[in-house]
Formats: sequence, structure tokens, C-alpha cells
Amino acid sequence: MSTVAAAGSQNLWFLSRGSGLVLLILFSAVIVLGVATRTGSAPRRWPRFAVAELHRTLSLFAVALLVLHVVTAILDPFVTIGWAAAVLPLASPYRTLAIGMGALAVDLSGAVLLTSVLRQRLGQRTWRAVHWLAYLAWPAAFIHSLTAGNDLGIWWVALAEVGSAAAAAAAVLARVFSRSRGEPPSGPPRPASAREVLRVR
Amino acid sequence: MNTVDSDRPGVNAAELRAGHLPRLLPARIWGGPASLAEHLARHGPLPAIGRDAGSRAEFIAEVGRAGLTGRGGAGFPTARKLHAVATGRDVPVVIANGTEGEPASAKDKVLLAREPHLVLDGAALAARMVGAPRAVVVVHDAVREIVDDAAAQRRRARLDRVRVTVMTAAGGFVAGEASALVNWVGHGIPLPTEVPPRVSERGLDGRPTLVQNVETLAHLALIARHGARWFRTLGTPAEPGSMLVTIIGAVHRPGVYETEIGRPVSEVLDLAGGPAAALAALLIGGYFGTWLDPATAGALPFSAAGLLAAGGSPGAGLVAALPADACGLTETARVARYLAAESAGQCGPCVFGLDSIAGELEALAAGRRFDQARLRRWLGQVDGRGACHHPDGAVHMIRSALDVFAAEIGRHARGWCRGTRSPGVLPVPPRRAP
Amino acid sequence: MTGRARLRVDPIACDARGLCAEVLPELITLDDWGFPIILARDVPPGLRHEAAEAVRLCPTLALRLDHTARDR
Repeated sequence: MSTVAAAGSQNLWFLSRGSGLVLLILFSAVIVLGVATRTGSAPRRWPRFAVAELHRTLSLFAVALLVLHVVTAILDPFVTIGWAAAVLPLASPYRTLAIGMGALAVDLSGAVLLTSVLRQRLGQRTWRAVHWLAYLAWPAAFIHSLTAGNDLGIWWVALAEVGSAAAAAAAVLARVFSRSRGEPPSGPPRPASAREVLRVR
Repeated sequence: MNTVDSDRPGVNAAELRAGHLPRLLPARIWGGPASLAEHLARHGPLPAIGRDAGSRAEFIAEVGRAGLTGRGGAGFPTARKLHAVATGRDVPVVIANGTEGEPASAKDKVLLAREPHLVLDGAALAARMVGAPRAVVVVHDAVREIVDDAAAQRRRARLDRVRVTVMTAAGGFVAGEASALVNWVGHGIPLPTEVPPRVSERGLDGRPTLVQNVETLAHLALIARHGARWFRTLGTPAEPGSMLVTIIGAVHRPGVYETEIGRPVSEVLDLAGGPAAALAALLIGGYFGTWLDPATAGALPFSAAGLLAAGGSPGAGLVAALPADACGLTETARVARYLAAESAGQCGPCVFGLDSIAGELEALAAGRRFDQARLRRWLGQVDGRGACHHPDGAVHMIRSALDVFAAEIGRHARGWCRGTRSPGVLPVPPRRAP
Repeated sequence: MTGRARLRVDPIACDARGLCAEVLPELITLDDWGFPIILARDVPPGLRHEAAEAVRLCPTLALRLDHTARDR
């Protein structure tokens, strides 16, 4: 009986670790695609809507996988984390800070997800303000991946970590240095739109 | 007599009642602002209209009978606007529009500088008509002090039952647009927003807002004293009354004059002493107006109906006379570049489109190249595609230039220009610092 | 779906991202600067789904689909 239980516990552990690694790669891809959507810098042959839809689809898939990752980690009897630790950053008795980063990533991703689903209802300003939190969620998830897992010794895990970090960093730099679409060719700088400034109607 | 004659001692009250010009402007060309005492001596006190809803509705009906339309360029029937604001959902507010963002036009500044009390009468009256507790009078910086003084005189005399505040207008061409004006007064940002909803439904602080050109309000103040029938003794049955015009360019005495609506354009030019040289073209209305051939335009009545036949309209009352030794294409290119730079910058087709269009016109003016098909495509793509009418107005003016100066285009693109004087008949302010 | 559906672009919100014209080329084309020109305001029933997609996809929520009652 105990071997079965132990085997079950091992499966949960593998699932949690495996889903975690896939999540890191997925979220990094989502950031890259998000920046590509915003700056319109995908390969020319890719329709813009396809890039946008891929960003959306991958992020939804990532959220589903995130649920699996969190549930398997908490259900795993080998370590005691507790359900609250999934969303409250300092609630885990086991590796408090590392799990806490994960909880932070969950919270921020949850906010981004919720506002994106309700975007039409909430309006562009609110959606955009919350969406910026994605740039906080990724580092939180990354730090979590470095500190909460034990697999950095495996070469392809380390490679995935480095590759993900490089991709995300490149995306962020591209976003920072991209000219936003509308800069007039000459004349005075374009003022912010009245709508953004005034929160009109 | 329907002309301004600087040698006459001045139209007295009786003559004004009899329907003579000038109505708005004083007869003497030079002088300072009329003081409150002088104003009351010339025009008499403003009748106390509007004690109750009935008399307010009756006066609005009288304004309707007078047929007063907006003098800011759009020509919207004033009574209809008053009614819409008066019957709005919330306590309204009045904004008197003396911005005059049009660089070549000076009529509002001159009116405010000479007869500020007529305008303030009209603003206070309009506020009472629509039930607004306050009126904001937005004026060009050049006349701010004069209007401030006039408002102070009225406050000391406890003349008005509504609160009248004076503000300086924002600079720039679009600052006089109704929604931009509301945003300037309310938030200090002179940018237009999309219409609907109209400012008469939801404007300043979300309230029904009456935005009226200062000249319109001055006419309103006179209608209150003399009635609709009096107002109609000048002008045409469809477009009654008088209007102020700014006449610039190759005329003997450029300036601001008052004319009855419907006089032939050539007679309007005669108010300024007539052409000082052979003319190549007329620009009528403003920088959103229409270039016209002077021979055909001269006989047309200066009215919306009369100029419609040639695709034009009186607009903001500008008449610019382009002499034959000036180049209309160069002037148009300069104005087009100005209009492009004055875009609020909120809508892509306006920002990019007007910039491209101005660039093409500048190339034509410089004799470098000209792709008329591409320019016309751009004009079509820009027209009507902004949140406000800035691009539409620019497109209209430019299209009329391509028509009137069509014969010169081919040669101009190859480097030949008729202009032997430096460009600048149409004033273009220097670019403002960003 | 009964009633009319009309496409509208908020020109201030629009930032020329171009997704709408990819999804609904029958009704939306891009001008020389990448901003959308609505070719026909009324959306035929066969394109309602694509129009709704285009509205959903607009990154700045500038594209709107106004539904009016049939009797108007």
C-alpha cells in the first residue's frame, strides 16, 4: 500500500515539476507573442490576427496548465504547502519565498486573465493598466522556477531556463525600444488623445 | 445706406432701429472699447426677458422668427440650438466662443475689442434663455484685458443675473471647435472628441452646453432690443441680418467690416476699397473655405445660398483677395502645411494624411514633382475620417485650389510659377514650440 | 440575427494595427497609412460572424458593431 501511495506521490511530483517547466517555456512564448502583437513585428507573412490569436490561445492553455501545476503541487503529500499558498504569497510553510513568488505569479496572471476575458466590458484603459502586470508576473514565475524547483542540475532544464529568460528579455527590450505605431513624420509631437487624458464618456 | 462711411459722425440709435448698418461695429473705425455707459447710450438697456419659462420660450421663438444663424462658420439656426440646450436633461451652461483660431480672421477680436458689452449682453441673455446659471466667455489673448474690464464694469453695476466669467482661449486652429472648446474650459486640454454626443446634449461637466460664436451673441443682444422684424430688414429672406467679414489681401483697406448678407461679393470687396490690383483668385470662408475665380465669384451673392452655386459658403466671413502676381498654389501649400501641423494629432488619417498631402503640395509649389492622381486619392481617403471636421475642411479648401488653379498645375510642376512676390498673402503663424 | 448591424471605427482609439482588415477584407480596407476604411457600414448576415470577430480582435477596441432594431 505504501508503495502505491509512494508511486502516486511520485507521479504528482513529476507532474508538478514537468508542468512547471512547460509553463516557463509557455509563458515566455506568450510574452514574446504579446510583444509581437503589440509592435506588429512578427514575420511579414504571418497575419496580425494570427499572432494575436496565438498569444491568446497559448495564454489560455498556460492558465489551464497552471491550474494543474498548482493542484499537483499542493496535493503532493511529500511537501506541505496548503491551498492558501496558491494565492497568498507568504502562506507556505515550505520554501516560503520560493512558493510565494509562484503565488504572486498566479495572482498577477489571474488578474490579467480576468480583465482580458472581460475586456469589452471593462474598456481599454482598465484592461491595459492591468495587462502591464504581465511584465511583473513573468519575473515572479521565473524566480519561482529557480528557487522552488530542484532540477537545475539537469542540463536541458538549465537550458530551458536560460532560453526562456533570453527570449523574455529580448521581448521586453523590443517593447521598450519600439516606436509606438503613430508618430507623425514631421511637425509637433502628437499629444495624447483627449480620450485617454480626459476619460471622456 | 448700407456701407460704413468713416466720415459720418456715427449711426445713432434711431438709424440703427431703422435697420441701417453698422449694427455691431461702431461707425468710427478707430477708437477703444465702448464703455458700459457708451454702450447703454447707443443701444439702450437689455430688456429684462426671461423672468419665467413662458417669456423665455417666447423669446426663443422670436429668435427663430428672426432667422439668426451661427456666425462661427457652421451657420446652425440659433433658435434651434437654444431650444435643444434649454430642454436638456441637466442644468446647462453657456460658452461664448471668441477663440478665433483662424489666423486670417479678425472679426471676433475686433468685435470684442470695440463692443465687448454687446457680446456680454448676448452671453448673459443666452444663459437666461436656456436656464444656465453661468456663462463662460472665451476670448483671444489679444482682447482678454478689454473683456475682463467690461465684465468688471458690469459686475460693479450688477447688470447681469448670471455669473459671467472670462477665460483666455487656447492657441491653435482647432481650439475653437465646439468639443475642443468644452475640453479647454473644463480640463485645460483643447482637443476635440468624437461627436456624438453633441455638446448641446452633453458638454461641459456632462451638461447641455450652448457654444455660440461671440458675433452670434451680439446679434442676439440686438434682437432682444429691436425684434425679429428689425433683424430681417437686412439680408435675404432665407439668410437675414448682417455679418462681420474680414477682408485681406490685395484690397485698398484690409480690415473687418460689416455687411448685410446677400450683397454681391464684389460689393463686399468694395467695403475695403475694392481690389488694389488685378486678382488671380478669392479665398472665401476661411482656411476651410473655397478658392473661387474672381470673375465668376464677383457677381455671386455673399450668402450660403448664393455661394453654394460655386461650391462655397461664407464660412467664418473671411474674404482673401489673391493678387495676380501671387501664386495660389504656393499659398495653398503653405496653408495646407499649417493645417497639417495644427491637427490635434488624435486620428491617423488626419495626422498622416494631411502631412502627406501638404508634402505633395509643397513639392508642387517648389516645382519638384506632382502626382495629382495620388494627391486626389489621398484627399479622398482623408475626407470625413477624423473625429472632427479638421481634415474635411482642409480637403475642401485644397480641392477648390486644384480646380481654380488647374491651368497652372502642369507648368508649376515643371518649375514655372506666376508668383513674383514673396508668398504670404494668407497669414500662417510660425510653428509653435512643442 | 435580425436587424441591422453597422460597423463603426472610433478614429481616436484606432492605432492602425490592421487586424480588422485581415479578418474582414470584404468590408474593411486599409488606406495608404494603414488606417481602416469601412467600405460598407451595413454588415450582411453572412459576414456577421467575421464582423464580430474583427470587433473582438481589435487591440484598441476601436471597432464597434452597432445593432439597430429592424424597424428603424
